Amino acid sequence: MIVNSRLHLFCTIGHRFTQRIWRLGAGARLFWLTIISSGESFRRFHLTIREVYFTGVMSLIIIVVSAFFVGMVLALQGYNTLQRYGSSEAIGVLVALALVRELGPVVTALLFAGRAGTAITAEIGLMKATEQLSAMEMMAVSPISRVIAPRFWAGVIAMPILNVLFCMVGILGGYLVAVPLIGVDAGAFWSQMQANVDWRLDILNGVIKSAVFGVACTMIALFEGYDAPPTAEGVSSATTRTVVTSSLAVLGLDFALTSFMISI
Amino acid sequence: MERTTIDLWVGIFVALGVAALLGLAMKVGNLTTDDIGEIYSVTANFENIGGLKPRAPVKSAGVVVGRVADITFDPATFEAVVNLSVDKRYHFPKDTFANIYTAGLLGEQYIGLEAGGDEVMLKSGDKITQTQDAVVLEKMISQFLYNKASEEPKETASAAVSASTKSGDDALGSSPLDDMKKPVAP
Repeated sequence: MIVNSRLHLFCTIGHRFTQRIWRLGAGARLFWLTIISSGESFRRFHLTIREVYFTGVMSLIIIVVSAFFVGMVLALQGYNTLQRYGSSEAIGVLVALALVRELGPVVTALLFAGRAGTAITAEIGLMKATEQLSAMEMMAVSPISRVIAPRFWAGVIAMPILNVLFCMVGILGGYLVAVPLIGVDAGAFWSQMQANVDWRLDILNGVIKSAVFGVACTMIALFEGYDAPPTAEGVSSATTRTVVTSSLAVLGLDFALTSFMISI
Repeated sequence: MERTTIDLWVGIFVALGVAALLGLAMKVGNLTTDDIGEIYSVTANFENIGGLKPRAPVKSAGVVVGRVADITFDPATFEAVVNLSVDKRYHFPKDTFANIYTAGLLGEQYIGLEAGGDEVMLKSGDKITQTQDAVVLEKMISQFLYNKASEEPKETASAAVSASTKSGDDALGSSPLDDMKKPVAP
């Protein structure tokens, strides 16, 4: 009996592991199919525009509001530490670098996964459950080029835009706390920021990061939806997996990308 | 093709994104101060550049007049060769002094140019001959410690000498008296 349960445990672990590998391969294949069949999403660009509206524009409010608060908190916390060393003017640099390098891309991607990724997964999972995707295939319309690819490119376009908006609004939030509320000199705030934030190394790298996160988050959401079991539970667990996998992927990718970018 | 409200919203979204990117570039980043326009390059040799990095500012009287283009090592003289890109609007005399300064106590390092009195101006490709190295904190501390250390032995030695002479005096002064007293007393 004991041997049996141990064997069962062993089998379960092995099954889970092979499942993960299988899903990874299937995800990579879907990614490749999306890339090669994405011609239609540019020829009929209004398909992509529509998805940019649903993923990007609809995420604007949560991005802007959270960016504002993140910037304000950064300024408060930063001031608290910096004034001990008598360098409270460096608060602009702190807020800007923290937002542009790390918090902007990462928090935007996490919010995007929660706001837009889940919507994509649920939509496609439900399309699959109600056999709309099969119906498209019956009509010789490729669901990948008609449904998957426009959403993919919309996510890739929307994420960097959301990221720069997040950074800008966060910096404005930090400014509001640092200058009118705490009383740091406005000139020092901006000039120190400008002196220490580099256009290419900081801002452009942040945008590149967010584009990579955009690819990862959107692709994970699309794959989870496309791969979801066509049941109510299947769609719900796929939506959960989207958030978990996207968050982990974003944080892991962030480390990898940062280690590349810092060494340059 | 008919226009929809979705197009309008996406247009607003993209425009906001572009505006934010421009704002980041102009207001937050240093894209505006980066392009100095037309430049001429001069070189300067330093024995030690400390923490000077490429793209560090070149300042004269506190005003940024250029940037450090690149830093190389000359294996013949074992010196650092610093290439400076200076704005074409500003001309400096040939005997200009190039120092490596530190902004604040632990801030970034930059090159300060102090104009000399020469009639001839620096041209592109010229070399600034009068340079002063970066102040290396460890060197300063070790020099300070060395000076302290070289002062201290003198003091202790003189103290030891005076102490020994005192004790010697005492020994010399006291014992004969005792010796004198002892035979006298009985």
